[in-house]
Amino acid sequence: MIKAILIFNNHGKPRLSKFYEHYSEDTEQQIIRETFHLVSKRDENVCNFLEGGMLIGGSENKLIYRHYATLYFVFCVDSSESGLGILDLIQVFVETLDKCFENVCELDLIFHVDKVHNILAEMVMGGMVLETNMNEIITQVDAQNKMEKSEAGIAGAPARAVSAVKNMNLPEMPRNINIGDISIKVPNLPSFK
Amino acid sequence: MALKIVKGSIDRMFDKNLQDLVRGIRNHKEDEAKYISTCIDEIKQELKQDNIAVKANAVCKLTYLQMLGYDVSWAAFNIVEVMSSSKFTYKRIGYLAASQCFHESTDVIMLTTNQIRKDLSSPNQYDTGVALTGLSCFVTPDLARDLANDIMTLMSHTKPYIRKKAVLIMYKVFLKYPESLRPAFPRLKEKLEDPDPGVQSAAVNVICELARRNPKNYLSLAPLFFKLMTSSTNNWVLIKIIKLFGALTPLEPRLGKKLIEPLTNLIHSVLSLFIVKYLGLLAMSKILKTHPKSVQSHKDLILQCLDDKDESIRLRALDLLYGMVSKKNLMEIVKKLMLHVDKAEGTTYRDELLTKIIDICSQRAYNCLWYISILVELTRLEGTRHGHLIASQMLDVAIRVKAIRAFAVAQMATLLDNAHLLTGNTQRNGICEVLYAAAWICGEFSEHLEEPMATLEAMLRPKVATLPGHIQAVYVQNAAKLFATVLRGQEGAPADSTVAQETSQLLIDRLPLFVQSSNLEVQERASCILQLVKYIQKLQQKDVEVAEEVTALFAGELNPVAPKAQKKVPVPEGLDLDVWINEPPSGSESEDEGRKSKGKAVFAKDESRHTKPRYTEVDEKELAKRREVRKAEQANNPFYIKASPSSQKVRRHSVSKPNPSPSFSLRLWMPMSDQYVKLEEERRERNKADKKKKKDKKKREKGEKGRRRRGDSGPESEEDITPAHMVDIVTEEMPENALPSDDDDKDPNDPHKALNIDLDNCPLMDYQVVVSVIFENKCDSFIKSMEFNVLDSLNSKLQRPDGAGPHDGLIVPFQLPPGISNEARFIFSVQNIVMPQKLKGTLTFIVKTDDSSTHEKLDFKLHFTCTSYLITTPCYSDAYSKLLESGDLKGCSLKLEGVNQPFHHLLARICFHHHFSVVERIDSCASMYSRSIQGHHMCLLVKTADQTVSIDAKCDEPGLLGNVLDEIKLTFSQC
Repeated sequence: MIKAILIFNNHGKPRLSKFYEHYSEDTEQQIIRETFHLVSKRDENVCNFLEGGMLIGGSENKLIYRHYATLYFVFCVDSSESGLGILDLIQVFVETLDKCFENVCELDLIFHVDKVHNILAEMVMGGMVLETNMNEIITQVDAQNKMEKSEAGIAGAPARAVSAVKNMNLPEMPRNINIGDISIKVPNLPSFK
Repeated sequence: MALKIVKGSIDRMFDKNLQDLVRGIRNHKEDEAKYISTCIDEIKQELKQDNIAVKANAVCKLTYLQMLGYDVSWAAFNIVEVMSSSKFTYKRIGYLAASQCFHESTDVIMLTTNQIRKDLSSPNQYDTGVALTGLSCFVTPDLARDLANDIMTLMSHTKPYIRKKAVLIMYKVFLKYPESLRPAFPRLKEKLEDPDPGVQSAAVNVICELARRNPKNYLSLAPLFFKLMTSSTNNWVLIKIIKLFGALTPLEPRLGKKLIEPLTNLIHSVLSLFIVKYLGLLAMSKILKTHPKSVQSHKDLILQCLDDKDESIRLRALDLLYGMVSKKNLMEIVKKLMLHVDKAEGTTYRDELLTKIIDICSQRAYNCLWYISILVELTRLEGTRHGHLIASQMLDVAIRVKAIRAFAVAQMATLLDNAHLLTGNTQRNGICEVLYAAAWICGEFSEHLEEPMATLEAMLRPKVATLPGHIQAVYVQNAAKLFATVLRGQEGAPADSTVAQETSQLLIDRLPLFVQSSNLEVQERASCILQLVKYIQKLQQKDVEVAEEVTALFAGELNPVAPKAQKKVPVPEGLDLDVWINEPPSGSESEDEGRKSKGKAVFAKDESRHTKPRYTEVDEKELAKRREVRKAEQANNPFYIKASPSSQKVRRHSVSKPNPSPSFSLRLWMPMSDQYVKLEEERRERNKADKKKKKDKKKREKGEKGRRRRGDSGPESEEDITPAHMVDIVTEEMPENALPSDDDDKDPNDPHKALNIDLDNCPLMDYQVVVSVIFENKCDSFIKSMEFNVLDSLNSKLQRPDGAGPHDGLIVPFQLPPGISNEARFIFSVQNIVMPQKLKGTLTFIVKTDDSSTHEKLDFKLHFTCTSYLITTPCYSDAYSKLLESGDLKGCSLKLEGVNQPFHHLLARICFHHHFSVVERIDSCASMYSRSIQGHHMCLLVKTADQTVSIDAKCDEPGLLGNVLDEIKLTFSQC
């Protein structure tokens, strides 16, 4: 089971938090802070596993994380999950974000956390992995977005226009989380056939 | 109308949306909290409006604020409102917010049951999907119970998207409502072979989670999983299956052999350097459990990993070393670890290292001298949190191992003398906890002290007052014990009595410092003892010998008591604790009485510990007080130290005095443990030589002994190593007649315990049919106490609750006011599904009118058609053609004349009434598929031409096929 999924930037600012067990808001913030503290002090070239210990639920759990440009993607999982599997899942998650946002960058996550949640919901449900096939995920996400657009219909048009105007002067930030540069270090497991 | 909507939305577009909120927060970096609080006020206003779009927007913003740590549970009701919007856009926002902030104690969850049920059965698959996703995050036992059936139905939904979500969420439902596992399991098992890979993977996922906790119930699925493992191409599924086999193999050794080949293939393909080290260590720890020797040979490599810069790898290596320790290499490994303690950076890792060292030693150390010296060395660590752990280990060893006490006392005395080094700079330095143990050991076993006077002096230094209260309390109490020992020594000697009086004076001078302590415990003990010492001094001045009486205060030995001892005291026969033994108590006296008698039962040597009231009447009160103090101290002291597993292998040998070791005089900060390593080696050499000598003499005897030892020792040949000291390890006291039982260790709150359901011993479950009966009250009176009963046939039986007889009716769980209808579900188990059948039943109920109530009865028949045993199951055309090619199916055909309806209507009818699904349709020809609850495949080829419909059917059970075709015919004859 996945216990929690956290995304935060290099300064520890949360960009997405999804807890599959209930904690109070204060505890959640504390977990985010501690996780950031643990993960951020690690070198770039050490392994991506971290046995969390005190964090969520005790020593059975571990943290599996990847660092892309300005963002950390951290999954807290228990012993039933495979480390490699989760690393692969993070990669799928980021690639999916990249497809859905077209060259994803931190700003996309900042302003559209609801969309990120919707994408995540197609991959992980209640702490269990639902789908690992990127095409399938994107198909479902697109279909839902299309539905949303058709519901907005004519009434949504002015709101969209205003929103477009508001978005025109977003602060400039380096786009691209850079999934291309950091080559995928997780080997794809060959199939047995 | 349209204009109005557009106008409304133009008004709305100047509301803040999520992006505006985020932007606003980013622009108010200085006064973020203030800005957010004004935003929350705005949101509260928006939530008050009737427009659902405004509400949804507000809830969306709240979800973002929740991520930033703001409590938004106050908006729970609004979230439910947004969830129940008919628009998908808003519904999704509502469910997302709910999944982020609802939990079991959110009370509005009760209101959501019907909304969720409605969404689950929505024709729009994404409404259903969103509801399932949300539910997976906040499902409660009530929701699980109420919705289990709906979700189970969704597991056979035509859309794979819904199926996979429904399958996955079942695990959450099982956790909250374990009763649902048994009825849902057959369907879950069926989903392992679902044509859609996503559904398959979800089913594997769920079963793996279930099997991880209770593997033995899932052993029968092993062949199925093996097939999946060799056929699946989905890595995710493969990983899960391998994990599952990891849980199953210990239960079924034959599995191991079969698995080797596919697993080696997998391992060979993993070649990523930076993870491999970690995974390699992980794998080694698995291997260690079964083949310890093969891992032992890599010891040096593992020790090297302790130097890795990556903490995760260091911790893994540490874990591995912990498992590898044996009697032979214990000292060597611990020595290496001690080196690492010095070098280790970062307190987390160092603390982990420390606990591991203690863990290793506490379970395996047989050379206690060495262990104590290791513990003493560990006290050098500054800033560790584990002072308490070290202290408790010191106490544990000193109490259990009699032979070690002299040595331990000497070490502790040195510790006390150097206490200033431990307390050092700060109060929060955890290591000062060891002084607690040191003081207690020195006091309790003070007869072993070489220079009790010096230790007494050390314990009464003014600096002690800076220690934490509970440690000071132990200091004071044990100073009194020491005092008794010192007095005895001094009075025994022929020297003049002034020395003894000076000792008393020392206490009288120093104790007032503690009497002023702000800690109640310290204060109370100090003032008691101060008074006692003053009185003793008075006696001393009259030349009375008091040493013996003072020593008597602390007579009696403390034995460790097993942690479970209290629980295991058997209740004497005829004892009823609820009955008054005497009349209700008049005062506190009887309470005291009760406590004493309890004490006697548990602590066998209790009486001997109390002082004989030899003292004069003046002291009567003080002694009583002191007794209380002592009792209080007992409650805090190592009496209750938890047993370490070493007590399991107690060896009882005759006591022999430990050789007074030269290290007694060593300075504290020199690592002494090294010396013991050397001593140990020498001793082993000697032992070997001795043995050789004795060999001829005691050949027969030794042979016998050796064999016995080998039987109970670990994987290594340890018969060469004898314990360093003939040790009398004190066993824990247990009450007489204690019953052996180990089951009290399990956690009763583990949710997975409830899921430990044997799924194989229930052969009927494959053939269950749920009958949903709608009761409608058409009369004008109130109907209650309905009882539903069916006359079971050999083939079909109504499932009744456990303990009910075969003819008992089932109570319908509701009452019906006039004109109301409600639905109840009953489960039937069916053996044979080939024939349709009718069951006779009766419904009894009470009709209640204003003035009377009458008992009435209604007879009915339940018709189980063969169609009702079919489940709509999708099938891919290639699987379908394979099925037809296989030749296992037998054919049958049917012709319907004069059917005057479009072809797609006709197909829809067959799908709806007879639970088929269309595999492929070409013009006026279609292939259809369905499956029975017992797994029979049924294929139809439907063709139409000129109002004639011909159906060619194939099935592996001809009887069933014939009956289904008859039923299809009947359907069309009725239209």
